[in-house]
Amino acid sequence: MTMPAIASSPARKRRRRSSGWQGLAYIAPAIALVTVFFVLPVIFTLWMSLHRWPLLGAPRWIGLGNYLRMFDDARFLAALGFTTHYTVVVTIAIFAIAFPLAFFVEKQRPLVSTYRTVIFLPVVVGLASASLLWVWLANVDSGLLSPLLQMLGLTERRLNLLATFDTAFLTVIVMVVWKIAGFTMIILLTGLQAIPTELTEAARIDGARPWQRFRHLTLPLMRRTLALALILSITGSILAFDQFYIMTSGGPQNRMISVVYYIFNQSFVSFNLGYGAALSIALLVILVLISVIQLWLLKVGDDRP
Amino acid sequence: MKTRSKRRARRAFWNGIAYHGVGLGTAFFFLAPFFVTILASFRPSAESGRPPLPPWPVTGFSFDAYHTLDGFGSGIWQHTINSLIVSLGTVVLTVAISVLAGYGFSRYRFPLKNVLFVLIIATLMIPFQSILTPLFIILAKLGLNNSLFGLMLIYVTLQLPFSVFMMRNAFDAVPKEIEEAARIDGARDIKLLVRVLLPLVMPGVATVSIFAFLNAWNEFLAALVLLSSNGNYTLPVLMTAVRAGRLGAIDWGAVQAGVTVMIIPCLFVFLLLQRYYMRGLMAGAVK
Repeated sequence: MTMPAIASSPARKRRRRSSGWQGLAYIAPAIALVTVFFVLPVIFTLWMSLHRWPLLGAPRWIGLGNYLRMFDDARFLAALGFTTHYTVVVTIAIFAIAFPLAFFVEKQRPLVSTYRTVIFLPVVVGLASASLLWVWLANVDSGLLSPLLQMLGLTERRLNLLATFDTAFLTVIVMVVWKIAGFTMIILLTGLQAIPTELTEAARIDGARPWQRFRHLTLPLMRRTLALALILSITGSILAFDQFYIMTSGGPQNRMISVVYYIFNQSFVSFNLGYGAALSIALLVILVLISVIQLWLLKVGDDRP
Repeated sequence: MKTRSKRRARRAFWNGIAYHGVGLGTAFFFLAPFFVTILASFRPSAESGRPPLPPWPVTGFSFDAYHTLDGFGSGIWQHTINSLIVSLGTVVLTVAISVLAGYGFSRYRFPLKNVLFVLIIATLMIPFQSILTPLFIILAKLGLNNSLFGLMLIYVTLQLPFSVFMMRNAFDAVPKEIEEAARIDGARDIKLLVRVLLPLVMPGVATVSIFAFLNAWNEFLAALVLLSSNGNYTLPVLMTAVRAGRLGAIDWGAVQAGVTVMIIPCLFVFLLLQRYYMRGLMAGAVK
């Protein structure tokens, strides 16, 4: 309604235009970085993925060749399968630990903030540091876990945890749960604390049992938080690299090569840059799809409060 | 009546025991790996190959492990300084750029404003792991391959979506009247921003800084790919050499010492600025 008045005043108009350029000047450094180190690289990746692109020598256009190659590449399909397997198992493990922990630290009780802080501590150290720490703990001769298991009489001999797929996988899962559970716990805690206490009290007075309260009250009211925690866990796990590179170097019989690890090998070890780019685009599409599903899930949560 | 209150007191007592029992057990699981590593790193080299049972030095406290660690790459000081340069540089640049952008997005109207904001936030959806090759090539074209500054620019870019979002919200929370009063007093543009508004958004700056520091200090894959000469390695990349060992033998003392050097700054910064860290986490979670 006031628009015409503003537009008709020349002084105001001049000021608005100058402030427009000023605003752009303030955000220019951020836009420049995002353009040079994000937008251009994404376009460049797409362009490279359509070429055979060796480290030395001229790139050659091969159209969708790299993408077709992907479907016949047994090692890529194995990496995809392993990453999916890892993502499912680790996400279930994290939630199985983090959900009880969130309930445990929910109420204000003596020492509760200390417990929260302690459980959260591993989140702030790097995944690389955590991997190094645990690869030592899991070492058969100099580590802690195998001698401890033997001492407690749980295993007859010292078990080389990182030598077989199952035990190495279990070790990685335990390390990641140790590292990440505190993070998921805090996210879930924000959801738990957003539930009005009157509601739980009312349900209690109406005679709902703890499991019923959890199933019919807590879970539905936490839908948004759950979706967020789930998506963060899934996208993080799909991008797993550090733990497999540092802890198992790809694992017994190369069975622990994740997708990012495989892309790393193709691009920076074998220098098949074009093929690496095509694999990267595949990874990118998978993650964008998951983000879209996330937005959709959150929206569905809004429609049905 | 008396027995009832007694029974209630007894139940509260046992509940307390159960609560703290679970709490201490959990705390032990999450803390023990840190303590075991830090204690074990002070064992003399004769002990460092043995299992940490007990984890503390038995035959006297020693810095052997740190001396061994110093023998890798260009020395532990050099690599710690590399890591510090990259992390602190990332903090400074991230704060500067996100304060400017947050102010711009909060206070000015300009063409394509929403599109540009969404563009910055949308980079969160794309994993940087998938654009490493072009990043490598672009940095080489800019003459920034194998440079700590180049790596720093990448880290700043990765921090921007979160940081710009945080700073825009921080400026949104500052009443416009303060700005108008300062304008009347003659403060303009950058001066107004630095002298008057910056002190008011300091909590936001603290949050942005701590996340920038921890992420840059801990990042591994980009550093592994983008740094090619030994002298430039940051701590996590140096540690791959330690982890690989020499002549097939891994010196676990050096691994423990390296892990200690890498985790202490993170724990220190977090415990000191926990409030601001949690604020950032909540902002991300609620969004």
